[in-house]
Amino acid sequence: MSKVAMDVPAKGGFSFDLCKRNAMLAKDGVQLPPFRKTGTTIVGLIFQDGVILGADTRATEGPIVADKNCEKIHYLAPNIYCCGAGTAADTEAVTDMVSSQLNLHRYHTGRQSRVVTALTYLKKHLFSYQGHVSAALVLGGVDFTGPHLHTIYPHGSTDTLPFATMGSGSLAAMAIFESKYKEGLTREEGIQLVTEAICSGIFNDLGSGSNVDICVITKDNKEYLRNHLQPNPRTYVSPKQYSFTKKTEVLLTKITPLKEKVEVIQAGDAMEE
Amino acid sequence: MSHSMDDMNLNAPHSMGTTIIGVTYDGGVVLGADSRTSTGVYVANRCSDKITQLTENVYVCRSGSAADSQVVSDYVRHFLHQHTIQLGQPATVKVAANLVRLLSYGNKNMLQTGLIVGGWDKYEGGKIYGVPLGGTVIEAPFAIGGSGSSYLYGFFDQAWREGMTMEEAEALVVKAVSLAIARDGASGGVVRTVIINSEGAKRNFYAGDTLPLWHEELEPQNSLLDILAAGGDGPAPMAE
Repeated sequence: MSKVAMDVPAKGGFSFDLCKRNAMLAKDGVQLPPFRKTGTTIVGLIFQDGVILGADTRATEGPIVADKNCEKIHYLAPNIYCCGAGTAADTEAVTDMVSSQLNLHRYHTGRQSRVVTALTYLKKHLFSYQGHVSAALVLGGVDFTGPHLHTIYPHGSTDTLPFATMGSGSLAAMAIFESKYKEGLTREEGIQLVTEAICSGIFNDLGSGSNVDICVITKDNKEYLRNHLQPNPRTYVSPKQYSFTKKTEVLLTKITPLKEKVEVIQAGDAMEE
Repeated sequence: MSHSMDDMNLNAPHSMGTTIIGVTYDGGVVLGADSRTSTGVYVANRCSDKITQLTENVYVCRSGSAADSQVVSDYVRHFLHQHTIQLGQPATVKVAANLVRLLSYGNKNMLQTGLIVGGWDKYEGGKIYGVPLGGTVIEAPFAIGGSGSSYLYGFFDQAWREGMTMEEAEALVVKAVSLAIARDGASGGVVRTVIINSEGAKRNFYAGDTLPLWHEELEPQNSLLDILAAGGDGPAPMAE
């Protein structure tokens, strides 16, 4: 059969051609700019009244700490939160997107979101990108069927577990969980254990550091404890304050909060034909 | 042999090293699997459930890439649900195996899954179908799969026979998975089984310490599980 070049119509679906190009360039020695990764220790556990999620707060760009106090526990729904490890842009984007999808779904169904719904949306998205969206997530929440905790890997596989850790510090944190976790923990015991596990990651893993964030989700309530523990305070502050060059012109020192500029006027009548 | 953090790629694809088994007996089938899911050399989940329900009477054992096998079984469950509604009666095991085959063979370049479909229907009774990597379907009285199955071919040649009872079949499956766990690094954890017959499906769970010890395996010593169960204290809490 003679080989004839044919114009094949483009098939649907994501085109991975640029991924092949990147791999080829990498072989020729061209280096990709380093992504901002959340080196990370993220954990979750189920306690007697619900779910507790925990995360460190260091974001790295190669060997440099890009953000000393970033937020890795992302909002998905009033009763569902998700910790993200991997490329910071990917975790941020995918959790934002699924949060919006869940919002639309809530309007559609008229009901509280279920954790398995969030799980399916995330799984579907990550699988379709075949692992190129580098987001490793710990998803936790409480819906009417009870508390749920799941881990989601970049390739789209999921696990359902009573306690879970992800990220570069996951081994350090899992060591703490495997030795101290038991069923039916109280809220205080659960927070204590999660803090210990995150601290284990912070102090033993180079990709994790700074502070501990905690999120406690129960049936009717959620508490986002931002910077619950700050075991790495700034030890040296320069006595000289920040100084600007002589050429800098100060235009205004009055600060007007923008909210004051917004006036809520009486809602008018609905438009009529 | 050093395992530095750089060697351990925690974003490696999640794969189920695995040992999966399906055997028929007089009256139904017994499916069995280990519970280890690994990411590179790290065990990501030590008690995963690799035996997934497709319908009330058909289950599938998953091996290979965790993501691929989860997605394939989700799709097949969905199609089987539609098929059951349209047919008006429970789906047969053969149809389930064929649906798995259609997805596995049709996407063979992208997927990496080895599946064993097993169940009971009123026309053929208990049936086992193996759907390995390339997407063929092999109907057989028993099937083994996963990395741990390499160690079981000789064992089954010797131990398998026709017309076993349910108890004998389950004991065979548990013994086989336990032997594979002993020799295969990528298999481990607990042994899960599902027995499917005319009365329905029954799940069983065999914890690691209930399994027999094989050649050169030792009794557990100073195990934290035993210390805690006996009422002792665990490790001391972190001092401030």
